[in-house]
Amino acid sequence: MMIPDGIEDEEKWLAEGIAGIQHNAFYMHRALDANNLREVLKYSAQMLSELRTSKLSPHKYYELYMRAFDELRKLEMFFKDESRHGVSIVDLYELVQHAGNILPRLYLLCTVGSVYIKSKEAPAKDVLKDLVEMCLGVQHPIRGLFLRSYLAQISRDKLPDIGSEYKGDSDTVVDAVDFVLQNFVEMNKLWVRLKHQGPGRLREKLEKERSELRDLVGKNLHVLSQIEGVDLEMYKDTVLPRILEQIVNCKDDLAQYYLMDCIIQVFPDEYHLQTLETLLGACPLLQPTVDIKTVLSQLMDRLSNYAASSTDVLPEFLQVEAFAKLSSAIGRVIEAQVEMPIVGAITLYVSLLTFTLHVHPDRLDYVDQVLGAFVKKLSGKPKLEDSKAKKQVVALLSAPLEKYNDIVMALTLSNYPRVMDHLDNETNKVMAMVIIQSILKNTSCISTADQVEVLFELIKGLVKDLDGTDVEELDEEDFKEEQNSVARLIHMLYNDDPEEMLKIICAAKKNIMNGGPKRLPFTVPPLILSALGLIRRLQGQEGDLTGEEVPATPKNIFQILNQAIGTLTTVPSPELALRLYLECAEAANDCDLEPVAYEFFTQAFVLYEEEITDSKAQVTAIHLIIGTLQRMNVFGVENRDTLTHKATGYSAKLLKKPDQCRAVYACSHLFWVDDLDGIKDGERVLLCLKRALRIANAAQQMVNVTRGSSGPVTLFVEILNKYLYFFEKGNPQITSAAIQALIELITTEMKSDSTVPEAVSDPFFASTLRYIQFQKQKGGAMSEKYDSIKV
Amino acid sequence: MDFLVGAFKPPCNVSISFADARTRKQVPLKKDNGQTVMVPLFQSQENIIGEVLVEPTQGKKFEHNGVKIELLGQIELYFDRGNFYDFTSLVRELDVPGELYERKTYQFEFSTVEMPHESYNGINVRLRYILKVTIGRNYISNIVECQDFVVRNYTPSPSINNSIKMEVGIEDCLHIEFEYGKSKYHLKDVIIGKIYFLLVRIKIKNMELEIRRRESTGSGPNTYVETETLAKFELMDGAPVRGESIPIRLFLSPYELTPTYRNINNKFSVKYYLNLVFVDEEDRRYFKQQEITVYRLLES
Repeated sequence: MMIPDGIEDEEKWLAEGIAGIQHNAFYMHRALDANNLREVLKYSAQMLSELRTSKLSPHKYYELYMRAFDELRKLEMFFKDESRHGVSIVDLYELVQHAGNILPRLYLLCTVGSVYIKSKEAPAKDVLKDLVEMCLGVQHPIRGLFLRSYLAQISRDKLPDIGSEYKGDSDTVVDAVDFVLQNFVEMNKLWVRLKHQGPGRLREKLEKERSELRDLVGKNLHVLSQIEGVDLEMYKDTVLPRILEQIVNCKDDLAQYYLMDCIIQVFPDEYHLQTLETLLGACPLLQPTVDIKTVLSQLMDRLSNYAASSTDVLPEFLQVEAFAKLSSAIGRVIEAQVEMPIVGAITLYVSLLTFTLHVHPDRLDYVDQVLGAFVKKLSGKPKLEDSKAKKQVVALLSAPLEKYNDIVMALTLSNYPRVMDHLDNETNKVMAMVIIQSILKNTSCISTADQVEVLFELIKGLVKDLDGTDVEELDEEDFKEEQNSVARLIHMLYNDDPEEMLKIICAAKKNIMNGGPKRLPFTVPPLILSALGLIRRLQGQEGDLTGEEVPATPKNIFQILNQAIGTLTTVPSPELALRLYLECAEAANDCDLEPVAYEFFTQAFVLYEEEITDSKAQVTAIHLIIGTLQRMNVFGVENRDTLTHKATGYSAKLLKKPDQCRAVYACSHLFWVDDLDGIKDGERVLLCLKRALRIANAAQQMVNVTRGSSGPVTLFVEILNKYLYFFEKGNPQITSAAIQALIELITTEMKSDSTVPEAVSDPFFASTLRYIQFQKQKGGAMSEKYDSIKV
Repeated sequence: MDFLVGAFKPPCNVSISFADARTRKQVPLKKDNGQTVMVPLFQSQENIIGEVLVEPTQGKKFEHNGVKIELLGQIELYFDRGNFYDFTSLVRELDVPGELYERKTYQFEFSTVEMPHESYNGINVRLRYILKVTIGRNYISNIVECQDFVVRNYTPSPSINNSIKMEVGIEDCLHIEFEYGKSKYHLKDVIIGKIYFLLVRIKIKNMELEIRRRESTGSGPNTYVETETLAKFELMDGAPVRGESIPIRLFLSPYELTPTYRNINNKFSVKYYLNLVFVDEEDRRYFKQQEITVYRLLES
């Protein structure tokens, strides 16, 4: 019913506190001006009494504290000047202790203490020790923290450090360190105690407020790191053990996390390196709720950066066996913190790995160890579900790739594939893509069959269907991209040695063949082309291959390829298979292997007959066949006749007349190879062209019948061009008269086609005529030849 | 009423002065009428030397039965005010009976006077030293003049001065161990000590150290006890946890203490106590009282 509005009240209390400070400060100033010590002490104590409030949150209390702090500076100036108050500093030090209330008393004592040290009438260490002891009287967490913070503040420039004017005779750095450490320990205790203040329902808010105070505590560590006298030895023997003792003993997760982080941030990396064992030894002793992984990650990141900063420091890492220590510490932490989510463990391993990669780039076994430890952690657990964890694993596995830019390295890591086994299919694929991208980016070659095997094991998520993959989920685009990547990858499998290369091809083939109908069209072609590349290389060194039984002969390879392409036909992907057969045939041709080439052609024709049913595909296929066949020179007359016969036969059987026409006139080239010793059968060329003309005519008429107007004359123009070609090549069967007749035919056809001038054939015909004209006029033998043609 | 005053005017003026008045230390003394005057300070075994000046008024002679000076150490209990108990009484006859015509000076000397008790002004009791000059007269009242002086006695540092160390507690609430460095303190001393918390189950708000003075007067059924708190000194702010050790440092000089007086002539005692007080958040007070001995240190 009467629950007060906390925030409003706080504002009010703060305002009252500030007013109280201002009021007393006013009288204090008057007394200061009058150099009246008694009054100064009285009003300053009253002013400081405002800090005794328990009503303010840390945030507001800080505001109040700052007001008082400013006033205390003026007070210090007054104390410093003995001529103003006439009391020796020693007496003053006693005098302020007469104050009845402890908080004002101690603020005054610290202020006078500061002057006392400056006066050098007593050793700094004695005064500091006294102050830090006396401050024990304030056990209230917030008030104590601020009081000690004040003490830390005024003493910062007065520590008996090396090179400080307050350094005494003996080794007083120890005293400086002791002082700061003691103040730190007490402040931390107070800070931790703050947790237990107030009712439970406000716990969350209080924890937040408490967190705001943490820098007051951490500041001490910063001061310690600034003390010149804290060298490695002292840090190792005194400073670190005492800090850690406090951290461990305070049993507070917030403090432990913050302070561990503080240590790592404020002290030099070199120190961390030399005290790794101690530092790491504390980790398993921390509360189970402490986020140790972040702490350790920070540490390893810092050490990694340190190692990266200069190669000079690397021997230190080796000397202290940093890796082994970190590695075992992580193991212990993971073991101790049973509750830690798996993602935490992974983060740790990622950091350790990053560290190893920076510090021991030459120690692959370390990398493997890290992965091995991780595998051990994962073993017996279900595959990772957590998306964060999955991301981290990808990071873990990508790190070595990024570092070495060399996949071959990763392939030698025995634990690498084992880690991947713990990934779900989706992540596995992501990782496979990362691996492939890495290879492609660095154009690193995979040069042994063994490596190829390992590699395919790594990327098996992309190469074949894994158990439990939901096919429907696959995105078509993604799938294509993945498979294209695999295809590109295949080209990266390379070895100069043909033997090994063959093994590589076989290994790749073996893996690829399991890919299933959807993948094969992507993966087989690169494999075939890669193999053909090998064959071409073998051709170049044919001479060496005599004698011994070597598997890497073109013949053998062709066999393998034949098989491989065969699988494509079952997929089915006949068009692709056909192209590949033709590629092979051509390669076999180059190798002078007539039977092999013939076999490939046979396969191609079989495919054409049995599998390629679409008319458009047929057109494309037949042109491919014709083109390839034209280039073949390995065949004897008989084989060649058989094949050309088949080709022309299929050409004439295409569905559409124009297609037929074009295929048939293309066939004319089969009989006229423009090589030195190529076949030159002018008669059969003419036959083909005539047959094409007939078909063109028929096509023209069909159009007439169906549309009532004559069809395009393009076909005729095209045939005319063929005529001209062979005419120029010196085919005796092609006469100028025949050309003349064809030109006239076209002209007539075009006139009869009175409707609209044709967009395609008109310019085509016109330019053909211009060409004839040009040839006639340019002079020489060709002009004479053309002379008889009139246009 | 001047004539009346004149009529009863004493026939002579009497004044007492000390031989070393110039050099002797003077201390303030609160008189019966509330005024503070400065009086000389002595200690036991000192010689008290001086002179008494008697000056007849208006040059008239007067008759007397003799002149004497007494050194008295007296205790006055306020429930019996006006009744002085003399524990020390020394007399010097200064003059035989006769007549006085003019001013006359009498030398007096009390050598190595035993003054075992210190002057003390308490709540229910007063201990004082006076020099009292009496000029005896027939038929009419004697002429009496008094001079106060203060006695303070100094003690060397005690050879045995044990610390006060004790473990106390309220079962399952609060267990502490406290230690005061000494059990005997001189007036300008510092109390050094510490409080060690063995168990803290109550919510302590703060802790104070009090200095209390206990003055008891009379005896038997007529015993009166008065306790005053002379100092309230905050030692600790907030609630400690188990294992904390809180320092004590209390300077005694700002407080008006006297030495401890034990059973002075069976009339009174003044004792000092340190009272350690804990205040919890409900303002309940828990305390433990320890007697300390206060003494006046002989400056070496």
